[in-house]
Amino acid sequence: MSEKILMRASNLTASYAADSGQDVPAVDNVTIEVPEGQILGLAGESGCGKSTMGNALAMIAQPPLYVLTGTMEIDGETIDLSTLDSGANARHRPFRGKVVSMLPQGAMNAVSPTLKIKDLAYDVMRAHDPRVTRAEAMDRANDRLKMLELPTRALDSYAHQLSGGMKQRMVTVISTLLNPRLLIADEPTSALDVSSQKALIEMLLAMIEAKIMAGVIFITHDLPVLSMVTDRLAIMYAGKVVENGRTEDLVHAARHPYTSALLAAVLDPTEETRTKHVLGIPGSPPNLANPPSGCRFHPRCPFAMEICSRKEPAMIDEHGHDVACWWAQENPGAVVPMEVSRV
Amino acid sequence: MSANETPVLGPVLSAQHVTKQFRVAGGHITAVDDVSVDFHAGKVLAVVGESGSGKSTLARMLLRLMPVTSGTITYLGKDVTNISGRQLRAYWRDVQAVFQDPFASFNQFFTVGNMLSRSLKLADSSAESNDELIERCLGYVGLKPADALRKYPHQLSGGQRQRVMVARALMMNPKVLLADEATSMLDASLRVSVLNVLTDLRRELGLTVLFITHDIGQACYLADEVVVMEHGLVVERGTTDQVIFSPQNDYTKRLLADVPDLKGSLKSRR
Repeated sequence: MSEKILMRASNLTASYAADSGQDVPAVDNVTIEVPEGQILGLAGESGCGKSTMGNALAMIAQPPLYVLTGTMEIDGETIDLSTLDSGANARHRPFRGKVVSMLPQGAMNAVSPTLKIKDLAYDVMRAHDPRVTRAEAMDRANDRLKMLELPTRALDSYAHQLSGGMKQRMVTVISTLLNPRLLIADEPTSALDVSSQKALIEMLLAMIEAKIMAGVIFITHDLPVLSMVTDRLAIMYAGKVVENGRTEDLVHAARHPYTSALLAAVLDPTEETRTKHVLGIPGSPPNLANPPSGCRFHPRCPFAMEICSRKEPAMIDEHGHDVACWWAQENPGAVVPMEVSRV
Repeated sequence: MSANETPVLGPVLSAQHVTKQFRVAGGHITAVDDVSVDFHAGKVLAVVGESGSGKSTLARMLLRLMPVTSGTITYLGKDVTNISGRQLRAYWRDVQAVFQDPFASFNQFFTVGNMLSRSLKLADSSAESNDELIERCLGYVGLKPADALRKYPHQLSGGQRQRVMVARALMMNPKVLLADEATSMLDASLRVSVLNVLTDLRRELGLTVLFITHDIGQACYLADEVVVMEHGLVVERGTTDQVIFSPQNDYTKRLLADVPDLKGSLKSRR
């Protein structure tokens, strides 16, 4: 498939500086791509580095997080993502909000209780263009809400007057007022109930459709939500992307045992869930200050072989479905046979 | 109300016509409206509903952490709506709870062992020594006492913390365990491990579990019966199969339709 690539981040490594003096690499030499007009889902357990990757790509890494290496190609420009040198902030500022916009985790709870939503919209616009007038900002916000069929009176409300779902939709709209090329949304649906989740997802799809932004990275551990909204999925484990491909391919034919284990743990309200007994993944994610040798998943993997603890598997491209796993290399084309016992 | 009493026929815990009103400027809102629910021994009952449906308020009243506006709560046939002092402490021993946030329910400066020892003040620990009790309860939730007892909360993962909380509740030798969104903040893989612990406990100890959640998938995996709440009212109740696979109420149907389904909702756009 020859899709136009909107964004490619290469060799991204980001570390937390720990008190012990040892760096903890939370994202370790990762390369990912977002095709134009698509939504990429980033999934994995807590602590696998998904949010860290989001922060690095949005160029908002703050100490103790440092981006050590990495470049991002977006819209014909190449940006050095490293935050080690003192000029990094000035270099990154022009891209924030306009080219890459971040919707952080819990953004809806960070809205000032004393400002109306429209004041927030104006502040965001003004921060990037000091000449913008209040009327222009209001017009833009109004148009945007009309386009997405949201009530424009929400602009006149304070945060506490809106429901959680509406608040989250408002911060999402405001984060894209400047028509960023790429929106990075970190756990945007996690605090919402299912009905508000659905409304937010439908709005994001409408925004992509209307070309408000050209691509989205959607970060969450909620696989059913990702299967609903994303075109492609990247699964992270211990700071590495272990599998990456079209969402249908991953959901129906996972090639990495970790992806398969995550999928098996999903509890859909179906007849199958009534009778299955999911075992979960034994053990817990590794301490990234001292990750396991070879494939980082090998201590928890039911298919681990001798080589897995010795040598790190390379990412193999199988027709647009990438996987880094020795088992997958030995069993080409096979779906991981995850065992689920019945009660 | 000792742990060894022979079981009373009928529900273990029961709420009858329970109502809770909160006073707000210009009147009052009814968070729980004339709700009656029975909890039967050894069963898992799930209370499902959106945010603001009154499920947590109901839980707080059942736990006697919040007074009822009207209605009665009975435990093993006795009215416990207004008990206090020693009787209330005994009730709290029998009806234990695990809450949503496994990160907020720990004191950061106490090791797990220290925290569990402090909880023993409420326990009826005549039968065995305290250490044995703690070790036995940690065993139920699949934690190794030798490792876990020395650890501080920040050294545990979210799933481990929640399992320590379940172990703490079990030390009281409860008849009823109330889990209020206890697995909502956990990753899917950790979530199933905590849900499996609850299933095992129900089977091995005959524990009655009240499971409050907004996630119908979890209710589907765990529960024997489901109660659906909307705006403080019970709109539908029945066995899990009835409620989830052939819902009658419109609200239940809508709730089910909004649940993202892993394979059913693969993106159809394009």
